[in-house]
Amino acid sequence: MAAKTLTIDGKQISAEEGATVLQAATEAGIPIPTLCHLEGVYDMGACRLCIVEITGIPKLLPACTTKVAEGMEIKTNSERLRKYRRMILELLFAERNHVCAVCVSNGHCELQTLAYSQGMEHVRYDYTFPKWNLDTTHRLFGMDHNRCVLCNRCVRVCWHIEGAGTKNVSGRGAKSRIITDLNMPWGDADSCTECGKCVMSCPTGALFNKGSTVGEMERDRDKLEFIVNAREKKQWIAD
Amino acid sequence: MILNDLIAIKEKEIAGRKKIILRCCLAAGCMSSDSKGVKEQLDKAVADAGLQNEVEVRGVGCMKLCCEGPLVAVEPENALYVKVTADNAPLIIGALKGSKAAIPQADPNSAFFAKQLSIVLANSGIVDPERIESYIAMDGYQALHEVLHEMTPKDVVETMVKCGLRGRGGAGFPTGLKWGTVAKSPGAKKYVVCNADEGDPGAFMDRSVLESDPHSVLEGMAIAAYAVGADQGFIYVRAEYPLAIARLQIAIKQAKTMSLLGSGIFESPFNFNVDLRIGAGAFVCGEETALMMSVEGKRGTPRPRPPFPAESGLFGCPTLLNNVETFANVPAIYRKGAEWFAGIGTEKSKGTKVFALAGKIKNTGLIEVPMGTPLRTIVEEMGGGAPDGGTIKAVQTGGPSGGCIPSQHLDTPVDYESLGKLGSIMGSGGMIVMDQTTNMVEIARFFMEFCMDESCGKCIPCRAGTVQMHHILDKIVNRKATARDLAKLEELCDMVRNTSLCGLGQTAPNPTMSTLRFFRNEYEALLQSDPHGAQANGTANKTELGTK
Repeated sequence: MAAKTLTIDGKQISAEEGATVLQAATEAGIPIPTLCHLEGVYDMGACRLCIVEITGIPKLLPACTTKVAEGMEIKTNSERLRKYRRMILELLFAERNHVCAVCVSNGHCELQTLAYSQGMEHVRYDYTFPKWNLDTTHRLFGMDHNRCVLCNRCVRVCWHIEGAGTKNVSGRGAKSRIITDLNMPWGDADSCTECGKCVMSCPTGALFNKGSTVGEMERDRDKLEFIVNAREKKQWIAD
Repeated sequence: MILNDLIAIKEKEIAGRKKIILRCCLAAGCMSSDSKGVKEQLDKAVADAGLQNEVEVRGVGCMKLCCEGPLVAVEPENALYVKVTADNAPLIIGALKGSKAAIPQADPNSAFFAKQLSIVLANSGIVDPERIESYIAMDGYQALHEVLHEMTPKDVVETMVKCGLRGRGGAGFPTGLKWGTVAKSPGAKKYVVCNADEGDPGAFMDRSVLESDPHSVLEGMAIAAYAVGADQGFIYVRAEYPLAIARLQIAIKQAKTMSLLGSGIFESPFNFNVDLRIGAGAFVCGEETALMMSVEGKRGTPRPRPPFPAESGLFGCPTLLNNVETFANVPAIYRKGAEWFAGIGTEKSKGTKVFALAGKIKNTGLIEVPMGTPLRTIVEEMGGGAPDGGTIKAVQTGGPSGGCIPSQHLDTPVDYESLGKLGSIMGSGGMIVMDQTTNMVEIARFFMEFCMDESCGKCIPCRAGTVQMHHILDKIVNRKATARDLAKLEELCDMVRNTSLCGLGQTAPNPTMSTLRFFRNEYEALLQSDPHGAQANGTANKTELGTK
C-alpha cells in the first residue's frame, strides 16, 4: 500500500493510502474534535465537528470520511472552524434537555468535554425544552431521550458489531429519535441481546446502566475496539 | 423489433388518423377539474352526432395553460377551448359543423404560447401518453435505434458533451461529463437512475413530463444506459404522483411488449430494464445519495460525497443519476444532433428550461423557454403580469433551495450563472411570482419551516440549525426580535450553509439570505429595540450576550 504525504496545520506527515484525514491527524498527534465518530464502527460524517479546510476545495469536509490524498494541505483549527464548532455545540445544548448537574454522565460526558475544550462558554440560542420521555422498561439499561444527540453510535454498534439490529432511528429532523425494534419499549424488544454495547458507545448520558446515579456512568470504549480488532485483525490485545 | 417495424407502426398510426382531432387534457391539473368527465362527454357527443369516422377524441398530457383548465384543443382549426365543462361537450361537437360555440377560447398565438420553444414538452398535449404508438408516430424510439446501431457508447457520450446539456435537477452539472465519468468507472454492473422525486413547493414540471410523455424519459434513460454501460434502470417517483406512476407503469409495459425495453433491444446485444421505486414522502430523498439509500430499501438519509454516485452509487456500483427533464431532453438531442441543441440558449446554458409558473400571476401553468430568456419576458409577457392590477415584487426560483429575485432585476436572463449571481438558483424549475402584498419575511419563514420539517435529522447544523433559524424568523414576524436576533440569524445562515452534510442543509438558508439581501428593510421594520441596549437599526451592542 502506497504512502501519501500531506500537510496538516503546517506539519508534514505521512499516512497510509486509504486512511482518513482523521486517522492521519490522530496518528500525527493533531487533535480534531469528534462526536459521532467511534473507533470500531464505520463513520457517517454526521456531527460535522471534525470539519476541516482543505486547500483547493471550496467546501468544508468532515475529517472522518475524507480520504487522504498526496499533497493535501489541511487546516483543522482555523478561527472560522472553531467558531462553527462552538455554534454546533450550542445548537446541541439548545436542542434537548442537557442538564449536567443531574446527569449520570456528568464528568464523563463527551458532549460536556467538547463544550469545555472548544470554549463554548454559553448558549446564545433559545432553549427549545422539548418533552422527551424516558424508557426504563429494559431489565438492565435505560434510555433518556432528553440527553440524546442522535450521533447514531448505538445504532451502528447494534447493527455492525453485535449484529442484533435492535436500535434504529424513527422520524426525521428534530423529531428523530432512537427506537428499539419496531418502536416498542426496550424491555419488549425481542431482538435485543442485552449485550450492552450501545450503552458502552453512548457519548452522553442518554444510555445508562440502571441503578447509576449522577456522575456514575463511566464507559469502557476499549471493549468495543477490542472486539473489532479481535474480529477483523485477529489481534487479541487488551489494554 | 427492427427499424422497419418501428416505421411501419408510425405509418400505420399516421394513416389511421381521423380528419379532426379533439385533444382533451388528461394531466393531473385538468383532471382535478373533471377533464375526464369532459372527455367522456366528448366521446358520447361524437357518437351521438355519428362522427366516429371523422373525429378522434384523444386524451393527452399537459397543454400548459393550467389556470384555464380543463383545456380542449381542436385540430386542424387550431382552437383552444378553456374552462370546458362536461356540459360543453355537445357545443364543441356542434361547432365542428359550423355553429358558433359560446365557450371561452384562449388565443394560441398569444405570448404565453408564442414565446415558448418546446423540446422537452414537444409531445406534451399532442401524444396520448397511454399509447406507445402515439409516441412512435412522433419519431419516438428512432433515436434509440440510431444510437444502438450507428454509434459506439463513446460516440454517444461525446455527443452529449458537445451538446452542452446541463443537469435540469437544479445544480446544472454538465450531463456529458457525468455520463463520461460513469462510462469510465470500472465495474461489471452499473445503474441508471431517474430522479422523479420532485418536491419543491409549487413545482410540477417533472410530474407533467411523466404524465404527458413518459416514453421520452424511458428512451432517454435507455440511450444513457447504452452510453454508460448499464443494464438496469430505476425511476424514483414520489408516491404523491399516482397518475405519473400509473402512466409510467403502462409505458414500461408497452415498451417491454414491443421489445423496446428488455433483452436484445432492436436486435442488438444491448439489454435494459426499468423498474419503478416509489418514494414515501421525504423531500430529502430528492438528494441523490439519500435517493439511492431509499432505492436500496434503507432509511433515506444522505451520505457524504465523495465517493460520488458515478464511482460508487446504488448497491456500491457506478450509477448515473439524472433528473426527469434531463432524460426527456435526450431523444431530441440524438434525433436532431448536438449542434442543433447547442445552438439554442446561451453560451454556458444550452437548450431550454421548463418552468412551472405559479403564484400572483395571470397565466399560471407550464412554460418551456430557451435559456437566456429574460425573467421579464416570462413574467410580464407570457405570464401576463400580476392579476387585479397588482405590481410584481419578486420572483422566487429554486424553491426552498433558491432565492427571491426582486422586480428591479427582472431583466436578468434565465441561465445558471445569472441566477446564481443574484443569490438564487435555477433549481428544478419552480417559479413563484409575488406581488406587493407579499411579506418577504413570512416567505423566508415559510421556506425555513419547510426545510426544518424536511431535514432528515442526520447532521446537526441542518437538524438543529433550521429549528433555531425558524425560531428567530418567527420571532421577527411576530415583532419580538431585536437586532441581536437578526445578527444571530445571519451567523446561523452562514454556518448551516457551510457545515451541513447535504444540499438540503447547505441551501436551506438561501431564501432567508436572498430576502435579507434585497428586502432587509422589511426585516428591520419588524425589529424591536433591545432591552439590553442594542439599537433596532441593526448595530449590535458591543457587549456580547453572555459575557457576564
